[in-house]
Amino acid sequence: MVSSVLESGDEMFNDTIAAIATFPGNAGINIIRLSGKDALNIALKIFIDKNREKVTNFKARYLHYGYIRDENDRIIDEVLISYMKAPNTYTREDIIEINCHGGIISAKKILDTVLSYGCRPAERGEFTKRAFLNGRIDLTQAEAVLDIINSKTDSSHEISVKHLEGRLSRQINAVIDEIMDLLANIEVNIDFPEYDEDEITIERVKSLCDKIGPQLDKLIKTADTGKIFKEGIKTVILGKPNVGKSSLMNFLLNENRAIVTEIPGTTRDTIEEFVNIKGVPLRIIDTAGIRETDDMVERIGVEKALEKVRAADLVMMIFDSSKGLEKEDEIILDYIKDKKVIYIKNKTDLENKLDLSSYKKIEEDIINVSILQNQGLDDIIDKISSMFFEGRLNVTDELIINNVRHKNLLIKAKKNMDDVLKSIENNMTIDLIEIDLKEAMENLGLIVGKSVSDDLVDKIFDEFCIGK
Amino acid sequence: MEDRVREFLEESVDVLVIGAGHAGCEAALATARLGLKTIMVTLSLDSIAMMPCNPNIGGTAKGHLVREIDALGGEMALNIDKTMIQCKMLNRSKGPAVHSLRAQADKKRYHTEMKKVIENQKNLRVIQTEATKITVNEDETFNVYTKLGAYYRARAVIVTTGTYLRGKIHIGELNFSSGPDGLAPANELSKSLMDLGIQLVRFKTGTPARIHKDSIDYEKMAVQTGDDEIIPFSFMNDEIKIDQVPCYITYTTRETHELIRENLHRSPLYAGVIKSVGPRYCPSLEDKVVKFADKEKHQLFVEPEGLDTKEMYIQGMSTSLPYEVQIQMYRSMTGLENAQIMRPAYAIEYDAIDPTQLKLNLELMTIKNLFFAGQINGSSGYEEAAAQGLMAGINAYLSLNNKEPFILDRSEAYIGVLIDDLVTKGTNEPYRMMTSRAEYRLLLRQDNADERLTEKGYQIGLVTEERYRRYKDKKQKIENEIERLRKIKITPKPEINDALENMGSTPLKIPTSLYDLMKRTELNYDNTLFLDPERPDLRKEIKDYVETIIKYEGYIQKQIAQVDQFKKLENRKIPKDINYDDVKSLRIEARQKLNKIRPDSIGQASRISGVSPADINVLLVYLMTHNQK
Repeated sequence: MVSSVLESGDEMFNDTIAAIATFPGNAGINIIRLSGKDALNIALKIFIDKNREKVTNFKARYLHYGYIRDENDRIIDEVLISYMKAPNTYTREDIIEINCHGGIISAKKILDTVLSYGCRPAERGEFTKRAFLNGRIDLTQAEAVLDIINSKTDSSHEISVKHLEGRLSRQINAVIDEIMDLLANIEVNIDFPEYDEDEITIERVKSLCDKIGPQLDKLIKTADTGKIFKEGIKTVILGKPNVGKSSLMNFLLNENRAIVTEIPGTTRDTIEEFVNIKGVPLRIIDTAGIRETDDMVERIGVEKALEKVRAADLVMMIFDSSKGLEKEDEIILDYIKDKKVIYIKNKTDLENKLDLSSYKKIEEDIINVSILQNQGLDDIIDKISSMFFEGRLNVTDELIINNVRHKNLLIKAKKNMDDVLKSIENNMTIDLIEIDLKEAMENLGLIVGKSVSDDLVDKIFDEFCIGK
Repeated sequence: MEDRVREFLEESVDVLVIGAGHAGCEAALATARLGLKTIMVTLSLDSIAMMPCNPNIGGTAKGHLVREIDALGGEMALNIDKTMIQCKMLNRSKGPAVHSLRAQADKKRYHTEMKKVIENQKNLRVIQTEATKITVNEDETFNVYTKLGAYYRARAVIVTTGTYLRGKIHIGELNFSSGPDGLAPANELSKSLMDLGIQLVRFKTGTPARIHKDSIDYEKMAVQTGDDEIIPFSFMNDEIKIDQVPCYITYTTRETHELIRENLHRSPLYAGVIKSVGPRYCPSLEDKVVKFADKEKHQLFVEPEGLDTKEMYIQGMSTSLPYEVQIQMYRSMTGLENAQIMRPAYAIEYDAIDPTQLKLNLELMTIKNLFFAGQINGSSGYEEAAAQGLMAGINAYLSLNNKEPFILDRSEAYIGVLIDDLVTKGTNEPYRMMTSRAEYRLLLRQDNADERLTEKGYQIGLVTEERYRRYKDKKQKIENEIERLRKIKITPKPEINDALENMGSTPLKIPTSLYDLMKRTELNYDNTLFLDPERPDLRKEIKDYVETIIKYEGYIQKQIAQVDQFKKLENRKIPKDINYDDVKSLRIEARQKLNKIRPDSIGQASRISGVSPADINVLLVYLMTHNQK
């Protein structure tokens, strides 16, 4: 089985593409990369040197110090710019790289500027795609990169994906090997039934499924972590009026002003604040601007925020310690009962009147804070960290699935394993049970880019003594 | 050297087949039956359809091949049905996909019966002579020269030389030029093939000793009998009634293994005298002992070679050790303490061609109408040979009539898997068919070979009217019965639910079709008879078939979905004139392989070893941009 590459046909490239090439988050610098025949011209239009003069050319492969100006000649940031001349570049096209300061504001503004001068935003993986289509990539090492093209993964993640690739392959290969060991034995039983090799029992197949299923599940789950790490934890702060929503939000944002920006969301009326607190990337969905009315439900904002709640990875639900449990609280609780929620009791500096004895679990879980007095806020971050990263914040060291194609194949393989168990339950014979086991192996093989069927035949011969 | 024999043109024919083994017989019968004037040449008329190794036809995957040959109008199944002395359906405890027929053949009678068929075949002449040279004429016909001086002009040639080409037998330190089983080798044709630009490889195989029946102590061995009710190989036969002969199982001993270890230096395999590659699934006993040193004993099967002989075949005991050691070795085994060897075990080396030089229709890529089939293509086994012979015969006929080649893909037949494996992947050992090589084996069952292939065979013209009628009749009966079972609704009545519960089945709540009921694990076609008083009386073959279709419907659907995926890539054809050197981004190895194999489709390309999924993606992109221009 081969998964085919490019869904759309590609013309040879007349346009120039641009993207922020660095990982969004807490990096110290960001790089905006342009590739294509107008890359140099566009760079010359927006760059001024340290004397605030325009330059007429860049010497290739040198770093040039200066500033980037927007269309209105306002300086966006102080930058280092480099020019790599075609064809000896990653894409075999002219490439401009602009190094600007970290955080998202200036990178985003620079990107907007180059786009306004005629660049097209790069699709995910498009630099690599161009590199590949222009015959630049050394294919003996390119399996991993090609996989990225397949799944149109964000090109800015090339490096981290490559870094992870080795480990993912190792883990997947280990699972493949286990399945293959068993399959080879099953195949020997089938193809050489007259020989006295051990018959593989259904129990052995079952115990393999019981072992591998959770392993696959665990990997699939990391895909969510990978996504969160890439995009931030979509967070909604809820609570009745005056409970401290704005204070908490402002606190989170103000504390981290340097790396806060506005990112227009997918819909025009949503504003999201991206903030990275001690490595925990939060994308706080702004529920401000929700009108307060006489209607209680609307007033507490739940109705309006409902859609946002549905899309959220996390809800922060704030209770007011100085008041008893009120109808509003209960309505909100009802809305969010299926979400990941952090329960926060604010205003603990005041006398506690909140009785949560009817919500035992919440009572146990609740985090006591006083936003006013800046108390207990670290606990919130720790809680998020344990919820999403199992306490290990340094996710770049973890094996994370951040490739959609890998995730989908893992899900398929898991389903195959579930089907194996189903067949076992239905008392099917081993050769039928094996259909799904084989398919699981094939699907896993696709992740690491190999065909496993030939390996199986080799294994049969290598491990079993058969024949006349 | 003898004086040069005078060459003369004896006869001009449509097809000349070199070799009369299992491949040659099927090839020659096919072309003759399709109306082509055919000559088959063989070193000895006494070796027509000879079985120089094991006395069986069928077995896992091989049994499937035999049924497919039969469904297409070949001869092998009919011949084994006439000459079997024991028959078994293997893997009965497993699912229907891997049920496989295997029969013990009476070797002599197998040969004699096949010889009769050949002798009585219209358009077919068989000649005892050695083919020494093939040349290509300017009009694209061939001259096939023979040792007798006669040469034959043919429009197509099918080469099926088995293990005869520069055959060399090894028994310990002794080695000599020979064909299998003491027959003469064919020492000249190899050079002619090389002169035609064909690349040869050297393979090795082996066979165990034959032991005198009366020198064996069967008391110490387990008996293996055949099935009570024999299922015939051929779809043309309803039943076979014979007295079956038993086989026996015994084991090697510690002493055997010690003997082998002590004498390993005398084995030409281990002394490095034999450098050619032997099959991994058919290792010599010395291989087994070395490679699986932990195993205390190895299983052996003692099988009769026929009714009119006392020779017993010792399966599992192939060796190239000296005769002196062989005697001790065989006698060290349980029940063989007094064994009298009648024929020694030996290893044989022979020339085969690298099958990747062939197209999927088994025609040489570089020479039109020159076909190859059987062991010369790097396969092993009678069934594999016969399947290729039949396909080469059919394709020679189609080619001579300017018709599209007949190619079965991996989802249609084991034959397709076999030929695709050989031609696309090549092989570095004698290739044996196994069910695990087939991706869609639930669809490629032995019970539906006729459904898969008989229509195709009929279109080609190889399937007789009688066979076609039988097939249609069976198909109709199956369809009717399935339809009938779908329509019968069982309503939840107390007496029915009681009966169901007694059978360990859950009671019905709503009316359910008998079709759906039969999907339950504990229910089947036979034990639901009480719910179905109107049931017609059908042959067992049909009943079993119906049950398989119903019970495994879900899995069959799954495999059909897999086949759809597979076909997508198979249907993405690669232009015949593609120059892979133009595809810059392909790795050099992939480029070379693709230029060599010249796959028809992306699917075929993806199966070439050394062509990675990344290369396939490169190719896809290239074809995409190429097509746009």
